[in-house]
Amino acid sequence: MNRIYLDYASSTPVDSRVIEFARPYLSNMVGNPSSLYSSGLSAKEAIDDARVKISRLINAENEKSVIFTSSATEANNLGIIGTAQRNISKGKTVAASAIEHISVINSMKYLQKNNYNFNLIPVDSTGIIDLDKLTEILTKETIVTSVMYANNEIGTIEPIKKISEIVHDKGLYLHVDATAAAGRIPINVQDDGIDLLTLSSNDLYGPQGAGALYVKPGIKLQSIIFGGGQERGFRSGTENIFAIAGMGEAAKISQKEMNSESQRLIFIRDKLIKEITEIDKTYLTGNPTKRLPHHASFRFSHIEGESILLNMDMYNIQIATGSACSSKTLEPSHVLLAIGLKHEEAHGSMVLTLGRSNKIEQVPNIVKAVSETVKRLRKLSPLYNNGGN
Amino acid sequence: MVGYSKKVMEHFMNPKNVGEIKNPDGYGKVGNPVCGDVMEIFIKVKDDIITDIKFKTFGCGSAIATSSMVTELAKGKHIDEALKLTRRDVANELDGLPPQKMHCSNLAADALHEAIKDYKNKK
Repeated sequence: MNRIYLDYASSTPVDSRVIEFARPYLSNMVGNPSSLYSSGLSAKEAIDDARVKISRLINAENEKSVIFTSSATEANNLGIIGTAQRNISKGKTVAASAIEHISVINSMKYLQKNNYNFNLIPVDSTGIIDLDKLTEILTKETIVTSVMYANNEIGTIEPIKKISEIVHDKGLYLHVDATAAAGRIPINVQDDGIDLLTLSSNDLYGPQGAGALYVKPGIKLQSIIFGGGQERGFRSGTENIFAIAGMGEAAKISQKEMNSESQRLIFIRDKLIKEITEIDKTYLTGNPTKRLPHHASFRFSHIEGESILLNMDMYNIQIATGSACSSKTLEPSHVLLAIGLKHEEAHGSMVLTLGRSNKIEQVPNIVKAVSETVKRLRKLSPLYNNGGN
Repeated sequence: MVGYSKKVMEHFMNPKNVGEIKNPDGYGKVGNPVCGDVMEIFIKVKDDIITDIKFKTFGCGSAIATSSMVTELAKGKHIDEALKLTRRDVANELDGLPPQKMHCSNLAADALHEAIKDYKNKK
């Protein structure tokens, strides 16, 4: 059977148009962007061009508000730690939702070790942040509150505009990790009221090795990497021109195709959700309506996610799971626990994330493989016949 | 996700001795759904020789593969020999397991020992 890739939330392949666009920057066009000779200038132009494309994708005030980093992880670190440290005179408290990416959670924990207070904000059973709790927790000492635009494991889209209103009323700055959402749903930092926003190249069909942090004009933060002062001093180190130029082009393509592509993927997604949830004791995880267009996530009672992943791979279908057994820490996904699943329920999760290679014609094969996988693993499972939930 | 040996994948895809035995001479159960692994082993014993053995397992790839392997190793063995089978023996027969899987998903030998103890207690 032909390969069916359903793990676009983990990594998107680089779009061939992006490779074509950025390839020259790997060889003849490349110079050091800080140099004045001509190839240096063209490298600088490539970065500036990418900056404009990124700022358009998120409707930033101007391209100067975009800082390139090596990854979304670095952008999350810089946005949170850099802002908290620079604004320490205003307070020593930070907050994040319970379903943030590990690079956000660990940035918060780093600050906590350095005597900041860290508040975790709970979410409901569909992954939507608890707005009352947010209102209750925040104070003017809460320098940075971090809430993701949408979650990568359960696809839930957060009410960012409402969150922004609360943060700006009760707290100080809002950081938004838009890694999972960017290029898939419209993001407008000005309209949404976002102060800091993280983007990832390799979640936009761009090359690995680039990320970006949007910083609203007027917000002060300090560097967490020290050196020659590239990126207006916020991110020293020679720029990865190939990745940055590629990220810019990838953002441009994603923006242009977003509307038609999401319509196409929503159609496939909804068919998958409808047919897969018809399987006995199978449940959708995340929110049924406030959901990323390419995202379908489930849990199956009485079977385990790594087994599901391995079994699906036998059909040449690549999926993801939040099961403990597939992680290095052997802990189940903190996202699934945060939405209230018990450990034994979180073990049986499956995440399907669609992308440009997927077609509606693949749905019957996917559903058949899932259904056979679940049936086979349940036949092996001592828990299934015993009923339970 | 971790890299599994070819042998682990063979036993995962085509596990041997799957199922239950009605009125077994010995029954062993280890693990806990909270941890993500539950193994049950059923044995039939004649003259202290394991004549039939079946398993049911909830768990990851290595949990299923080690269950299948331990039933293969124990089948036809004297119960005292079968009691000597260790987690390490099972892992070795599968050409090794990833380090983090050695403890949590390698409980099959324990389930076998429980089943043999159950048989001895009933005698």
